[in-house]
Amino acid sequence: MGAQSLFEKVWNDHIVAAETSETPAVLYIDLHLTHEVTSPEAFNVLAARGLAVRRPDLTLATLDHSTPTVPVKTLKELDLLVESSAATQIRVMIENCAKLGIRLLGFDSDQRGIVHVIGPELGITQPGKTIVCGDSHTSTHGAFGALAFGIGTTEVAHVLASQCLLQRKPKTLAVNVQGRLQPGVTAKDVILAIIGRIGVGGGTGHVIEYRGSAISALSMDERMTVCNMSIEAGARAGMIAPDDTTIQYLSGRPLAPQGRDWESAVRRWRALPCDAGARFDREVDVDASVLAPMVTFGTNPGMVVPIDQPVPAGETASFAKSLAYMGVEAGKPMLGRPVDVVFIGSCTNSRLSDLRDAAQVFRGRKVSAGVRALVVPGSQAIKKQAEAEGLDQVFMAAGAEWRESGCSMCLGMNGDTVGRGQLCVSTSNRNFEGRQGVGARTVLASPLTAAASAVAGRVADPRQYLRG
Amino acid sequence: MEKITAITSRTVVLPSTDTDTDQIVPARFLTTTTRKGLGKALFADWRFDRSGAPVADFPLNRPSAQGCSVLVAGSNFGCGSSREHAPWALLDFGIRAVVSTEIADIFRGNSLKNGLVPVIVDKATHGWLLENPGVEVTVDVSARQLRLPDGRAVEFPLDSFSRYCLLNGVDQLGYLLSRSDAIADFERNRAWQP
Ligand code: SF4
Repeated sequence: MGAQSLFEKVWNDHIVAAETSETPAVLYIDLHLTHEVTSPEAFNVLAARGLAVRRPDLTLATLDHSTPTVPVKTLKELDLLVESSAATQIRVMIENCAKLGIRLLGFDSDQRGIVHVIGPELGITQPGKTIVCGDSHTSTHGAFGALAFGIGTTEVAHVLASQCLLQRKPKTLAVNVQGRLQPGVTAKDVILAIIGRIGVGGGTGHVIEYRGSAISALSMDERMTVCNMSIEAGARAGMIAPDDTTIQYLSGRPLAPQGRDWESAVRRWRALPCDAGARFDREVDVDASVLAPMVTFGTNPGMVVPIDQPVPAGETASFAKSLAYMGVEAGKPMLGRPVDVVFIGSCTNSRLSDLRDAAQVFRGRKVSAGVRALVVPGSQAIKKQAEAEGLDQVFMAAGAEWRESGCSMCLGMNGDTVGRGQLCVSTSNRNFEGRQGVGARTVLASPLTAAASAVAGRVADPRQYLRG
Repeated sequence: MEKITAITSRTVVLPSTDTDTDQIVPARFLTTTTRKGLGKALFADWRFDRSGAPVADFPLNRPSAQGCSVLVAGSNFGCGSSREHAPWALLDFGIRAVVSTEIADIFRGNSLKNGLVPVIVDKATHGWLLENPGVEVTVDVSARQLRLPDGRAVEFPLDSFSRYCLLNGVDQLGYLLSRSDAIADFERNRAWQP
C-alpha cells in the first residue's frame, strides 16, 4: 500500500467488508455515544424486531440535550423543571439503558456532561478509533486522531444492533494552518475563519485533516474546538494527528488503556499520522498569524468577519433575509452592537481552558447592567475543577449565572433560551435562525470575545480586555 | 419501507440557500420519542407567525403547493444538525423528493434511509426549476433521472445500493444483520480491541 493519510489508516483498519460499485463498505464502530434526543426511535426499532444491543460494552450514554442545567436530584424534580415531553424522553433513556445493559452517566453521575466533552475527559475517546453518535458535533473527537462523525437515528439503530455502519468512503481535504496566533485570537477564531473561507458547504463529502504548525501548537481543548465545527463547513469529520500533546492528555484518564495496554496503544497511535507523500483530494492553506478575533453576523457560521471589519454586502435574497433577521446592516461592523445575552458553554467552548479564558476577562469586572450572562460548564467534572480553582466565584462576583453541565442555550431545548429579537453573543457553534429560541439572534464568538461583550454590554474586542 | 420506482408531482419551490435542519424542524419539537406526526413541526417558524397562524406567502402554505411531493430547494439544503426528524417531518408532510444543487451529507443519508429521494442536479437545471415553480416533474429512481415537462431527462447521482433499497423497499439494517458472521470474524481477528 502506498503513502496513506491519517484518515485512510483509520478507515482501512475498520473495514469489515470492502466497498464495491454495488455496495457500500461495512465499517466497524469502536465507540458509540448516545444521548436522550436522537436515540428513542432507534430503541423502538430494536424492540420492534426483538434485537439486542450487539456490544453494550462499546456503547456509552449520557443525558445532556433536554436536561436542565439547574441541579436535579430525582425524576420528580425533573417533572417540575422541564416540560413533560422532555422529561419523558429522559425517563425513556434511563429505562432503555437499564433494560439493554448500556452504561448511562445519569443525574447521579459526577461524570455526566455534554456527550462530546465527556468522551475525551474519560479517556474513552482515543486515536485510531471509529466513534459515532446521533449528533453532528461528534466531529469533536477527531481532535484525537479518531474518525468520528455524526449519524442519524436509523444509523443509531444500525450501530446498536450490528456495531457497524454502511458507508461510502468520503473524500479528503487538508487544511494547513501555519504561523503563530496573535494574543486574543483563539482556536474558535481559527475555525470560524476557516469556515468563512471555504463556506458552509465547502467540506461536503469530505473528511478534513487539520495540519500545520498552528494546529500542532494547540492544546487538546483547543483542537477539540477546531474539530467540533468541521460539520459547520459541511464536512462529516475533522481529524488531527495524535502527537505528544494527545498522548499526554490521555495518560491516566479513567477509561484510557492502562499499564501494558497503554504501552502498546501508544505504539499504535504513533504510527497513525499521515505518511509523507500521502495525497488529499483538496488542500487549503490558512495563515494563522494574520487572524483577528472573529464574529458571525448572519444566520450561518460561514457569515463571519473579523470583529473590527464591516459586515460585507451580499447579492442573494437569502443573504438579505439573513441580515434582516439579525437586524444588521452591510457596511457597519458588529463591534459595538448592543448585547442582551451572553452564553459561554456548549461542546465547542465549555472546557476548563475556555472557562479560564472567560474568567480572565471577568475577574474584577462586572457584567454590564441589563445583560444576562450564563456560564455552563461542559461536564460535571469541569464544573468541579472550575470551582476548585475559584472560577465560579469570579463569574458570580461579576454577576454571571453559573450552572450545572449540559447543552443549555446552545439549542434551547432545556428551557434556557434567548428571547425574540434579543442579541446573544454565544460560544456555541450554530447561529441558525431560532437556534437559541424563536426569533433569537446569535453571534458566534470565542469565550474571550463573549466575556468582553458581557462586560461592555456591546460586541467587544477582547484584545482591549487582556492584561499584559 | 415502501418501494419507490418513480414520483410524479408538481414542484414546490423554496429558494433559500443553506436551509439547515433547525429550520426544517426547530429543536423544541425534538422532545419526542417517536417519528410520527412531525409534519406539523415542518418549517414551523417559517410556516406560522407568532400567533400560530399560517404565513400566507410561505411557499408551502400557498394553495398551489397542495399535493406537491417534490420540493425544489436552494443549494446546501439540510445542513447543520444530524436530526433525522428533518426527513421524518418532510415525509409526514407529504414531500417525497428534494431537488437541489447540493444536499448536505448527513441529511442525504438520513433521507435515503427513510425513502425521501435526494436529487442533485446541475446549476442550469436547478435555475430553471427555481424560476418555474409548480411544473410537473418525474423523479425516476429506476433510471436515476429527473424528467422535465419539455421532455428533457437530467441524470442524478444515486449509488446502486441506495437505488436497490429504494426500488425494493429494503431497509439497510436487514442487510447489515445478514453480515453478522463477517462482523464476528472481524471482532475476533483484529489486531487490537477497543
Ligand atoms: S452543546 Fe450544542 S452542539 Fe454540542 S451536543 Fe449539545 S446541542 Fe449539540
